[in-house]
Amino acid sequence: MNIVVCVKYVPDATADRQFESDNTVDRVGVDGLLSELDEYGVEQSLQIKEKAGDDTTVTALCVGPEKALDAVRKALQMGADKGVHVIDDAIAGSDAAATSLVLAKAIEKLGAETPVDLVVGGLASTDAGMSVVPAMLAERLGLPQVTLASVVEFQGDQVRIKRDGDTATEVIGGTMPLVLSVTDQSGEARYPSFKGIMAAKKKPLETWSLSDLGVDAGEVGAGAAWTEVVDTTARPPRTAGEIVKDEDGSGAKALTEFLASKKFI
Amino acid sequence: MSEVLVVVDHVDGAVKKPTYELLTIAKRLGEPSAVFIGPADKGAEVAEKVKAYGAEKVYVIDDAQLKGYLVAPKAEALQQLAEKALSNGGLAAILIPSSAEGKEIAGRLSIKLESGLITDAVDVQEGPVTTQSVFAGNFTVQAKVTKGTPIITVKPNSAAPEEAAGAGAVEEFTPTISDAAKTAQIVASQPRQATGRPELTEAAIVVSGGRGTGGNFEPIEALADALGAAVGASRAAVDSGWMPHSFQVGQTGKTVSPQLYVANGISGAIQHRAGMQTSKTIVAVNKDEEAPMFELVDFGVVGDLHTVLPAATEEIIKRKG
Repeated sequence: MNIVVCVKYVPDATADRQFESDNTVDRVGVDGLLSELDEYGVEQSLQIKEKAGDDTTVTALCVGPEKALDAVRKALQMGADKGVHVIDDAIAGSDAAATSLVLAKAIEKLGAETPVDLVVGGLASTDAGMSVVPAMLAERLGLPQVTLASVVEFQGDQVRIKRDGDTATEVIGGTMPLVLSVTDQSGEARYPSFKGIMAAKKKPLETWSLSDLGVDAGEVGAGAAWTEVVDTTARPPRTAGEIVKDEDGSGAKALTEFLASKKFI
Repeated sequence: MSEVLVVVDHVDGAVKKPTYELLTIAKRLGEPSAVFIGPADKGAEVAEKVKAYGAEKVYVIDDAQLKGYLVAPKAEALQQLAEKALSNGGLAAILIPSSAEGKEIAGRLSIKLESGLITDAVDVQEGPVTTQSVFAGNFTVQAKVTKGTPIITVKPNSAAPEEAAGAGAVEEFTPTISDAAKTAQIVASQPRQATGRPELTEAAIVVSGGRGTGGNFEPIEALADALGAAVGASRAAVDSGWMPHSFQVGQTGKTVSPQLYVANGISGAIQHRAGMQTSKTIVAVNKDEEAPMFELVDFGVVGDLHTVLPAATEEIIKRKG
């Protein structure tokens, strides 16, 4: 089986995230890492490989600046077999549509020799958080989307997932090749072992540019984006409110008074 | 005036409140047309509801041949409807509820129509210019679509629904669904059990519990019922198996922006804050006075939720008479 797992390099959510003066996300000044939610995609890819057997290859695919290589490395340390880093100055400022184009072209290239059976992604990125790239990828690749899985099962080329939808819990079935996305409910992502960290250093890692993918620089980047950020504003910090200590029921009284004063009762 | 397509948010033809919010927003941008994808025999009933909020047209798309499949057929149907509207009198925007399914439909539609997509808008004004809340609510972003027909997914509570009489002319629309769109099958579906409480993402008040509940959500639920609120949970409470994932508030759960958010026994990790930080008023009850949640609150009680909440609930019920 040929599995491609898409991983994104994002600014650390626990750091002080910022925008650049051109309203793009600051991806250089803030420490970054493999998006926490993409770790679940890597984990499920590895679990499928473990069940499917040794002729399965898991490729970690990342589009991003130089530092984004860290995200690919992390996936390799967790157990992915090889990495592909698509890097090109022209990509900076790309929106979800352009990102999905680059990913789709890279996946097509990866499938040139052995067709790709599964494209795996996470629930959302932890920066832009749109949750639309898997659907866009499925659309561009003309594949079924079996997305937002909390449980993944497969048999032969049949995939079944449990999806906790907006109003119902659903079982979705599809035939490979398809695009799969998994949530954080799908199973704890493994930590890289020491052995895994050492082994990752020897794993194949390719670097592709847009020309390797046959994508015109004019199709991506801020200039080609289908959306434009007009303004970004830091939200004023919340001013600390009143905090009381509960002593012999005083807390409940104060709480009720507060709620009444705000007309919630 | 150009049409604005508004995808109706409903369960089996029962129209949900975000639909009226979307229609109210649509009126700022053009002429609202509601798009009802559901059982055709509910079309007239839905039309009656949405025309009271300004829908001039109501497109009814029977979902008999769509509903067994995930996302893709609905995106195809909307593409064909959008193309028809574009060739008629123009299309100013497509507004879709910002649910998980809504966003995925929007993602596919964006590629099909080669049109820009903005998700999770919390406000949309003329232009259209959207407002989004990003980085765990620490920034607001104003954005616009620069290519094609703006496709915008809008979060619940983004506008106060305004009644406005519309013509509500029903028009049946029958899309052609390709076989390629029918490749992800919904094999089984188990509707979520009704709790009798407001929907988490739409509620005006949310009462949440976390690790500090120790697994006992009774005080949380009792307070929620006294306030007419929805119940939420932190990831810690969900991971412990105390509450189903559908109750989770935070980065990997629901994002809520109610008038009042009451966090009980929740420390306030960034992942949780991402889901509730834009709430208008925030209240917390926690034994640990060092809990980061207290940095956000308008009012906080340092105390044991198991004693504070029942006493407060009793007092609230008494006051409400």
